[in-house]
Amino acid sequence: MTPTTTSWHEATAPLWRDNLVLAQFLGLCPLLAVTTTLVNGLALGIASAAIIVVASTTMALLRRVLVPAARLLVAMLILAALVTALDLFTEAVLYDLHGALGLFIPLIVVNSGLLAHAENVASRCSVAFTFLSALSTGMGFLLVLLTLGALREIVGHGTLLAGIEMLAGDASRALTVELPFGGMLVASLPPGAFFFMGLLLALRNRLRRGAEAPR
Amino acid sequence: MANADGNPLLTALAVAALAAAAFYSVDAAFDWSDERIAANERARVVARLNSVLEAGLRDRDLTTTLLAVTDAELLGTDDPIDVFVLTDRGAPMATVFATVAPHGYNAEIGLLIGISPVGTVTGVRAVRHRETQGLGDAIEVAKSDWMLQFDGKALIATTPELWAIEQDDGVFDAISGATVTSRAVVGAVKNTLLYFEQHRDELYARAAAAAAETPQP
Repeated sequence: MTPTTTSWHEATAPLWRDNLVLAQFLGLCPLLAVTTTLVNGLALGIASAAIIVVASTTMALLRRVLVPAARLLVAMLILAALVTALDLFTEAVLYDLHGALGLFIPLIVVNSGLLAHAENVASRCSVAFTFLSALSTGMGFLLVLLTLGALREIVGHGTLLAGIEMLAGDASRALTVELPFGGMLVASLPPGAFFFMGLLLALRNRLRRGAEAPR
Repeated sequence: MANADGNPLLTALAVAALAAAAFYSVDAAFDWSDERIAANERARVVARLNSVLEAGLRDRDLTTTLLAVTDAELLGTDDPIDVFVLTDRGAPMATVFATVAPHGYNAEIGLLIGISPVGTVTGVRAVRHRETQGLGDAIEVAKSDWMLQFDGKALIATTPELWAIEQDDGVFDAISGATVTSRAVVGAVKNTLLYFEQHRDELYARAAAAAAETPQP
């Protein structure tokens, strides 16, 4: 892919048009499992975005060096090393958050959407394009994690930003909002994740109906 | 693949360099975080120890002796579990079992159980569990008061048959929708009390011996 006038448009497409979750249906397992609260979604989103930006950019830097057969292997190696380091880092610095996210930080390494980006886009495109595209992929994923996390926390627990102190220290505890209703349990259980995911998809399809000319 | 088919030799060099870089960065991350993680875990256990002690003991400077005990039948696992004996100038003040309830709904439940010298429960906390969100997770004190019903209970006051949930003709409330979880926790607390009753003197003797070996400053 050679840089053209549409580069910017293409590189930012993963933010919404080619969104990892809403358009490609990838990364659903961590998405549905972690988004019981806004803070959990935020934390996993930041972690995933940081990982994909570093991994894809590194892969793009190496794209003229590696034979195609080695690309997947190298992408896995980079992702695994980054994720292991990140996992240790969160356990050392954000111990409670690490407990809340459990296995889903290590599992970033097998997030098919991120791996596909590091392998596929990064091996075909320039470093700058890959960086921007990785950033929009990460931000697109973060966006869905935040939306789903906020919706499920509001409906399921009747709170917003509960547990923010795990991420930002005790001083931020005041940011937690207690809404004047108890919460509807099902929203924070797995079926609730699917309900809200379905609502998001429906909303997206509705919004895109006008934008997308019939093919 | 559209372009850049690479050079096998360069690829080999790059992979070797990357593998080395990956190795050293993970190694460095481990070295950097190892002690911090251990400190976090210790802080959590110590913070939790206080939570299962009688209020009057929480701020006192007690000597804590860590023992390892094994009893597959009563303590829920074949592996040794941690028992903390807290003493004040040699006098036992409390015993805390870091035990497991083996038959949780999804996995075993890690429990911290504080027991006074006369065999009264001073507190129970779930330290690690995988119970269903919104149902079985009511064993967390942050989510419900269910765990607090054990406080002050003892086997001598409640006959062992009554140490069960109401559905099993016992005296303890069950969490609605989480009977399995409730049964697992109530059973584990009962078994730990039985173990304590049978081994109290042995535990205190071992703690005294261990304390004698490492004199307090």
